[in-house]
Amino acid sequence: MKICVTSQGDNLDSQVDPRFGRCQYFIIVDTDTLEFEAIQNPNIDAMGGAGIQSGQLIAGKQVKAVLTGNVGPNAFQTLQAGGVEVIVGVSGSVKEIVEKYKKGELKPTDNPSVGRKFGMGQK
Amino acid sequence: MIISVASGKGGTGKTTVAVNLALSIPNVQLLDCDVEEPNAHIFIKPSIKNRMPVFILVPEVDKTRCNFCGKCKEVCAYNAIAVLKKDVLVFKELCHGCGACAYLCPEGAIKEVNKEIGFVEIGEKDNLQFAHGKLKIGEAMSPPLIKAVKQYMNPTRTVIVDIPPGTSCPVIEAIKRSDYCVLVTEPTPFGLYDLILAIEVIRKLKIPFGVVINRADLGNRKTEDYCHKENIPILMKIPFKKEIAKAYSRGEIIIETLPEYKKSFQQLFSKIGT
Repeated sequence: MKICVTSQGDNLDSQVDPRFGRCQYFIIVDTDTLEFEAIQNPNIDAMGGAGIQSGQLIAGKQVKAVLTGNVGPNAFQTLQAGGVEVIVGVSGSVKEIVEKYKKGELKPTDNPSVGRKFGMGQK
Repeated sequence: MIISVASGKGGTGKTTVAVNLALSIPNVQLLDCDVEEPNAHIFIKPSIKNRMPVFILVPEVDKTRCNFCGKCKEVCAYNAIAVLKKDVLVFKELCHGCGACAYLCPEGAIKEVNKEIGFVEIGEKDNLQFAHGKLKIGEAMSPPLIKAVKQYMNPTRTVIVDIPPGTSCPVIEAIKRSDYCVLVTEPTPFGLYDLILAIEVIRKLKIPFGVVINRADLGNRKTEDYCHKENIPILMKIPFKKEIAKAYSRGEIIIETLPEYKKSFQQLFSKIGT
């Protein structure tokens, strides 16, 4: 099964990026084999709608869930429409988070965790 | 003649200058284009004759005709449409109403529908004609509403336009086609910093301008020094006075509470004319 973790770097030892729409990297990881793909986020400097663009990008990667720090309302709606579960409030290294997810310790949220424009200007 | 009253920094006294100038000279129309927080009416207390809703066009997707090709989201410069495997989402608050999605949809699945973003009110107080716009709470697109307010401009009068603060799209929309721009500032580091940004914008728009220094006896001399160095006229200085602050906070007009200022505003107008 594939999941997506927002990350500050391009490998499994990187720290989770607490933002979704404007994170540095998306790490798409196979929870069984730990094989992964690091996607540099093209939406970091989007004027607006970064969460929506990132949401479509990730929904297109056929992942079961997104694990991140915070998700705003537009990104949340996009991910829901794309059938992607959203798990917020995670921190630590990407590898640790994947392990926690596999053990079933992380639960999806039913609501966005922050308001619009939360991730602006936090590079 | 169209005179806009602007500032980079908020809270410098744009509305105070616009309102008092409007009431000091004859044959005026005052347009409050700060549609996100209009406040000139608090001082003018006009009787409102008409209220007109203002709309922009936003896309509506017929999901029975959509094949999720994604053309609409590709052409949307504002990321206002998301296309997923089996769903299309329209984020109306991000839409600028350009119509590209509807025009370019290969399936003809998008039509444009009206969305109300606010309203324009027109009215008068004695001989002063008045108009302003009020953006609906939650709306982000003020330029179409500012444009709607300016459609009520009366070219037979001296038009004074109260501009929103800042230097972004709403300011450009409100200020363009003015014959003169009065920049209101205060002599503080923050006031000067934002004044310089505003001047950059005004110079690009090629509109003649001058500066009014409000609370002129506060802060430092750097604003004046800057204006002298750049050869920018200082049109008026308004002192930091308790009586003015009191009048303002009661919603009163300076020239009515302190009539000696009427002459100062008339002098401001004559400096603009020359």
